[in-house]
Amino acid sequence: MPIIDVQNLRKVYPVAVKEAGMKGTLQHFFRRTYRNIEAVKQVSFSIEPGEVVGFLGPNGAGKTTTLKMLTGLIHPSSGHVSVADYRPFERRNDFLQKITLIMGQKQQLLWDLPALDSLRINAAVYNLSDTEFRQRVGELAEMLSIQDQLRQPVRKLSLGERMKAEMLAALLHRPKVLFLDEPTLGLDVNAQTAVRTFLQEYNQRYGATILLTSHYMADITALCDRVLVIHQGSLIYDGLLDGLLEQFAPYREISVEFDRTQSIDPATLQTYGNLQSLEGCQATFLIKSDELTQTVTRLLNTLKIQDLTITEPPIEDVISQVFATGRT
Amino acid sequence: MLRDCINILFTALPFIAVPFVTQKSIVSLAQYVRVLKLFWQVTIAAELEYRVNFVIAVISSIGGLAGSLFGLFLFYRTDYTFPGWLWSEALVVLGIFTILQGVAATFLVPNLNKIVSYVQEGTLDFVLLKPVSSQFWLSTHTVSLWGLPDLIFGLVIVFYAGRQVGLSALDYLAMLPPLGFGILSLYSLWFILGATSIWFVKIYNVTEVLRSLLEAGRFPIEGYPAAYRVFFTFIIPVAFLTTVPAKTMMGRSEPTWLLGSALLALILFQFSRWFWRFALRFYTSASS
Repeated sequence: MPIIDVQNLRKVYPVAVKEAGMKGTLQHFFRRTYRNIEAVKQVSFSIEPGEVVGFLGPNGAGKTTTLKMLTGLIHPSSGHVSVADYRPFERRNDFLQKITLIMGQKQQLLWDLPALDSLRINAAVYNLSDTEFRQRVGELAEMLSIQDQLRQPVRKLSLGERMKAEMLAALLHRPKVLFLDEPTLGLDVNAQTAVRTFLQEYNQRYGATILLTSHYMADITALCDRVLVIHQGSLIYDGLLDGLLEQFAPYREISVEFDRTQSIDPATLQTYGNLQSLEGCQATFLIKSDELTQTVTRLLNTLKIQDLTITEPPIEDVISQVFATGRT
Repeated sequence: MLRDCINILFTALPFIAVPFVTQKSIVSLAQYVRVLKLFWQVTIAAELEYRVNFVIAVISSIGGLAGSLFGLFLFYRTDYTFPGWLWSEALVVLGIFTILQGVAATFLVPNLNKIVSYVQEGTLDFVLLKPVSSQFWLSTHTVSLWGLPDLIFGLVIVFYAGRQVGLSALDYLAMLPPLGFGILSLYSLWFILGATSIWFVKIYNVTEVLRSLLEAGRFPIEGYPAAYRVFFTFIIPVAFLTTVPAKTMMGRSEPTWLLGSALLALILFQFSRWFWRFALRFYTSASS
């Protein structure tokens, strides 16, 4: 039984259109014309309890809109959404007890006060007893290693520490479903790793379901086996991360270092495959996955080669290529 | 002294939480009281960090009070009286007005004027995802000690003037219900104005308009020309905020006025709740 179930989800925004110039401004003031923007188009997917799923897409693809519909902040235009057996937009208290939303660019902690004060308020809001509160804060603070910083005013914390404290505040009620919108935004590499490790541990320890968006592919590769790719409001991929490469980048990169005695002629090299670069004795080719073995054999048989390496193209490049071409 | 005031504030907690509780269970009321207590403990802790602020608030409060006493004194020195009001009776109205000002500065201004920034910064999302009423959260999450001097001076004036008029303890108690209804009406109007920031986003000053109209409550409503009286009774219910509680106190209020004040408060409060839900429909469908 999936914990998140989305069928034909659609969100249409009316957006006021304004012509440039004074005439346009006056027209805009007196008679506004609206155009409907379809931010999310017929999206369907479902997520099982305990899964960690990455949600990918360029800015404006509809990721945040979808997350907001899943958390109940906005009402879908049509389609069906259920999260933990609730309809999110009714925002029932029982539902809100089970979910959390962490936004990398917004903060809920009170700026001038120690994080612990905000945490106490959250504990009261989620109706935790004092014992539960102390125990959970202790546990989460240890997992995040921020025991000492909780008593300092939030404004004195570093960005990384602040994000950790934000996560603590968002997870105090031990939600079953976590929605994260760019949780590592702006963090340095160490803090990013800390956040990832924490999320992994949280997922394993409590069996929580996690759906996260991120622009850092490292987040996705470290955390998620499965990814959803959304582009211009449509879901264009739903499956394993590895499969994403197969589907969108069915090629490998071969780097070859030739022996010095080998004469190198670009025209002949082109016959082996898509020649990407040639510098001195170094050449790189892009070869389709299914022709890989054949090409490598041919290269080794006919040319004097010192070294040969096969690499997968970096996933960032694949993703950005997918988004650039909008291929489905 | 300050400690006492804070203690008094905390004993008032249940009464503030009551209107927001939707499920009529004691459990959730207890939870709301607990949340409220924490909200206030936390903000008071934060405000006491800045002691100079408080001293300045005391000074400005004394200044403001001296000004209005002088204004009132000018009226009565020339033998002008508000129709049917003695000097000391008019002073009661001024005292109640000062208390209301204190209530507004303590409870309303710090919360309701911030709804705008919640909407602008998008942190309203966090509030909406909490399992408590979002109107309760937005209306109560902070208190400002800046209003305390006004509260105290207001009480002093009411008691001083009350002694001259010869009021009993029972009379003071009689004032509480209409005063409470007055505060509830004021809160509801203020909240409704604050809630419009969902649409207009930038309306920092809209509540200032309300505040300056309320200045009219400084003097008995009978002191105004008839047209104004109608306006301040039915459009902006200033009459119910100060004149009605003062009259009740002096045993001069007709039951219809009391009833009117209760009805008005409840209707406005219900309307504010409906209005907030209505406004949220737009927030939730417009923001991305």
